[in-house]
Amino acid sequence: MITTLSRIIHFGLQNFWRNGLLSTGTVAITLLALMVSLGLILFGVVTDAAVASVQDKIDISVYFKTSTSEDQVLSIKQVLEALPEVKNVDYVSRDQALEIFKTEHEGDEEVLQAISILGSNPLEAYLNIRAYKPNQYALIDENLKNPSIAQYVSSRSYSENQLVIDRLSRIISNVSLGGFALTIILALVAGLIVYNTIRLAIYSGRDEIGIMRAVGASNFLVRGPFMVDGILTGTIAAVLSLIIAAPVLSFLSSKLGGFVPGLDIFQYFYTNIFSLLGLQLLFGVGVCTISSFLAARRYLKN
Amino acid sequence: MIAFQNVFKIYNSHSVALEDIAFQVSPGEFVSIVGRSGAGKSTVIRLLIGEEKPTKGRIFFGQYEVNKLTDRELPAFRRHVGVVFQDFRLLPMKSAYENVAFALEVAGRPQREISDLVPQVLDMVGLGDKGKNFPHELSGGEKQRVAIARAMVHRPEVIIADEPTGNLDPFHTMEIINLLLKINQLGTTLVLATHNKDIVNGLNKRVITLDHGRIIRDEEKGKYILV
Repeated sequence: MITTLSRIIHFGLQNFWRNGLLSTGTVAITLLALMVSLGLILFGVVTDAAVASVQDKIDISVYFKTSTSEDQVLSIKQVLEALPEVKNVDYVSRDQALEIFKTEHEGDEEVLQAISILGSNPLEAYLNIRAYKPNQYALIDENLKNPSIAQYVSSRSYSENQLVIDRLSRIISNVSLGGFALTIILALVAGLIVYNTIRLAIYSGRDEIGIMRAVGASNFLVRGPFMVDGILTGTIAAVLSLIIAAPVLSFLSSKLGGFVPGLDIFQYFYTNIFSLLGLQLLFGVGVCTISSFLAARRYLKN
Repeated sequence: MIAFQNVFKIYNSHSVALEDIAFQVSPGEFVSIVGRSGAGKSTVIRLLIGEEKPTKGRIFFGQYEVNKLTDRELPAFRRHVGVVFQDFRLLPMKSAYENVAFALEVAGRPQREISDLVPQVLDMVGLGDKGKNFPHELSGGEKQRVAIARAMVHRPEVIIADEPTGNLDPFHTMEIINLLLKINQLGTTLVLATHNKDIVNGLNKRVITLDHGRIIRDEEKGKYILV
């Protein structure tokens, strides 16, 4: 068994080297497919970052009547934090609200004077609520309508911003779904292209398969070298895809950062290089080996 | 050793390749299967090496019933046979040495044995100095000698040669036939399919003549007589 395995590996390496042009062509096509696969992974990262950045900007605020005590607001905060849809709740007291207001209107003497004329703080305490997903705001808003909470509430921003939140929620959901569908379709296309390339390569060697069979080679010995070729092709293409991607991403990183704040795609690539290599190897070696296995099977009869 | 028992090969009602073929070949024999193109010689060879299955009848080769062998069993059976084809069927990406060694490698023979045997056999077929050459660097006669070396290197009980001289000039034809005779003299059974009248008549060995898929003559020390 060890002798057979070592011969299969030897034959595979020998075929790969001696069929230099064919091997180069197969590696090139696989490389293109893997660049698509890497592009899809990184597209997913960019989309997720963009979606997260938009999601981060969405929240709803609940304003409490000035008669509501801080303890009552804080106990409502605790109730809301216990909801599974709620990511976090920020409490802004009446004093903090006034400070924020003053900061925002710094230099606007008329407004500041009007506040001081009033003699007391007219602003309400409020809670800023963030959900995990935009479509969860409606559910949270339903909870705010509960009489135990509603009796203290003077206004809720969800009802004012419902249309915008729902629209953003739909856009985010469509972008995610579209990205997933695009990934599946392009991955399938890339896989099929690699399969057909390997099928053509093996088709060109079908006579050799016949000769090997006529000499008494077992299916394992005939098919094995093609699978070794597949493993080698997938590995080389996977490594090359990362080598090519590195300078391209370094160039694109600053440009993408402008569109999606907080995203450094090159940093992501650098930090996750081993997991990316793993995924590329899994896809490249997997597709090439399975393609070789399936394509050679056809010529293993008689 | 080899026995065809009432073998038929019918592709369709208009194409009957073999009809009621029955013959036996004993160990050490040199048998020529002759006939015109389309007489059924190559079909007999293909059935004998399991490339095709008969429509009816049984084919025995030693302990094997060839017509019942599955795809998985065929490789082991073929390691008992050496086959020489008209178109040489050498692996183009392997050197002459590697082509011959391949027959031993598929049989799982150890590397040391391969390193000893292959040069000896290449010497025997007169290609001791061409081991490193690839098929495209060899002449037709040399290619066929490599094919013969590959067919005999694992010391099979039988060598089957299907039109081995079909692509060769008269000089190389005689060279190959002499080589096959030499192998037969060393004890290997030889089955030769050919339509070359001069070769068959010069051999003075057993001749089975096929015509339209039927055996019309089977003679010890026979001649190729055109019908």
